[in-house]
Amino acid sequence: MLSYSIKRLLMLVPVLLGMTIIVFSIIHAIPGNPAQTILGTKATPEAIHHLNASLGLDKPLYVQYFTYLKDVLTGNLGTSIQDNNAIASEIWPHLAATIELSFAAMLIAVIIGVNAGIISAWKKNSVVDYIAMIVALIGVSMPIFWLGLLEQWIFSVKLNWLPSIGQTDITSTVAPITNLYLVDTLLEGQFGQFWMVVRHLIMPAVALATIPMAIIARMTRSSMLEVLGSDYIRTAKAKGQRMGWIVYKYALKNAFIPILTVIGLQTGLMLGGAILTETIFGWPGIGLYVYNAIQARDYPVIQSGILIIAFMFIMVNFIVDLLYGLIDPRIKYR
Amino acid sequence: MSDSILEVSNLRTSFFTDDGEVPAVDGISFSIKEGEILGVVGESGCGKSVTSLSIMGLLPHPQGKIVGGQIMYEGKDISHLKEAEMRKLRGNDLAMIFQEPMTSLNPVFTIGEQLTEAIRLHNHMSKQEQNNRAVELLKLVGLPRATELLKEYPHELSGGMRQRVMIAIAMSCNPKVLIADEPTTALDVTIQAQILDLMLKLNQETHTAIMLITHDLGVVAQVCKRVVVMYGGKIVEEGDVKDIFNHPKHPYTEGLIKSIPDLYSKKDKLYSIKGSVPKPGSIKKGCLFAPRCDYVMDKCKEQVPELLGSGHKSRCFLHQDEA
Repeated sequence: MLSYSIKRLLMLVPVLLGMTIIVFSIIHAIPGNPAQTILGTKATPEAIHHLNASLGLDKPLYVQYFTYLKDVLTGNLGTSIQDNNAIASEIWPHLAATIELSFAAMLIAVIIGVNAGIISAWKKNSVVDYIAMIVALIGVSMPIFWLGLLEQWIFSVKLNWLPSIGQTDITSTVAPITNLYLVDTLLEGQFGQFWMVVRHLIMPAVALATIPMAIIARMTRSSMLEVLGSDYIRTAKAKGQRMGWIVYKYALKNAFIPILTVIGLQTGLMLGGAILTETIFGWPGIGLYVYNAIQARDYPVIQSGILIIAFMFIMVNFIVDLLYGLIDPRIKYR
Repeated sequence: MSDSILEVSNLRTSFFTDDGEVPAVDGISFSIKEGEILGVVGESGCGKSVTSLSIMGLLPHPQGKIVGGQIMYEGKDISHLKEAEMRKLRGNDLAMIFQEPMTSLNPVFTIGEQLTEAIRLHNHMSKQEQNNRAVELLKLVGLPRATELLKEYPHELSGGMRQRVMIAIAMSCNPKVLIADEPTTALDVTIQAQILDLMLKLNQETHTAIMLITHDLGVVAQVCKRVVVMYGGKIVEEGDVKDIFNHPKHPYTEGLIKSIPDLYSKKDKLYSIKGSVPKPGSIKKGCLFAPRCDYVMDKCKEQVPELLGSGHKSRCFLHQDEA
């Protein structure tokens, strides 16, 4: 397992380097001069020249790249054009908000999705199976913006059970330690605040969870069906093992590789692209942060946002790779 | 017949498909005595495996169903036992070995976990006792490095070793009846002989009755005393191995024996029974073997012969008057 992990870790290096090259190129892929784009159409040639020099854009491309790489490695992501703040310190609270939301959504999606898929496969062609799969189909087809608004209308407006917007109540702010509010409130022992944060989290998490939940349920069902028909399941039955145990222990572990793949991909997508959910629920996540930067043409922020999102995606897949090795002993030897 | 440990009488098992009921096993009766090795022979699709799955209560659900007859185990009908009660028998009193050792073990659990499972399910033993028993079993089936083997995964073992592990699993609770469904078919010839020897040894040492299902008459001749020949979901011949080999009564058995390749034969073409096994339910009347039979008579196409005879029984009009 150790050598497998090290191998995977080493394979990360070229991937991460490739990622920085692509992200670095973004600024040069923009039509026209970056300085011109940043300053706008009315900029004077002197101003453009001055900005080019101060951004280092007059240097050869490879020098620019290595400067960029050095900055990234030392944690310097540049400054935002909008407010001149260091992006590195500005981006973390947003990233933390997204991580919290994605984690909550994935928890819901995995618990419900995997179980629905298992029961569907176990009770194939039964009423339960049909209902679960119809619900999954609706889940996949449901647009998030519509579901989010529906949730807000029912649970905030009509029933007044849950707050409709934001990560916390406006009147009560959480003192940030890690910026993961659930963790911070617990660290400070503020259980009332913890509950408040949870209440804010529920609706966006559910909205964000629907599509992955449905995809996971369908993947689990098909993967489980294949495994449940295999010889070793029959062997387990022949030993006198009970079906529930067989399904949840033997079959699930075998069926989990494709499920884990889907979970990994969906988590990666969530971490980068929960823009719709974040916009509807006023969730100050990284999606919203980058979206606002795009609106303001704040290229350094866009670039850094993309870098962080890509980095998260790669890390999630790295973790998934490691989990493959834990689940299936045959993978280590390949 | 009172010393029979397992007695199947008039068992009928059907599959319910979109095209309706398809009988896979059609009224078969046989019995296995304590400590006996019974051979069950026939081509693919003749109902051998379905018979064994019926006994084990492992028919594919919900298509496969026992629609008639009895399966008496130690004097008790188990054909319609509740799942919970059947589970107590499975792996404990009745054990089974399958055809495909390569796929019959769970690839993501260690040999140890899989081997101790049945022990854990049917006995109250400490972890240490379970492990000791597992090591003992692996030694019993002739596997070296037993202790290390417990921590290994199935993909690290060869086919022959895996089948030995399967046998060890089956033997883990000292079953009274062991059903071996083509246990050697997927193995190399040399390994086949080893596995058969092992089964013979276990039968002698533990006195476990074995129902050996195979399509290979050579295997039967090697280990069984009594043999049942099945065709189209019915028993067509039953008797002592020697009798059947020397004087086969049913043309199908005769065909099977002739199909065994002979090292000293001067003929350059191997014998084979013409045609193939009919689809279950496709022949509506007459003897199921009639379309492939060399001795077919008019009568055969109209009526179904009975299984007649004492000791050496056959289901053929050629021998009906002898009985």
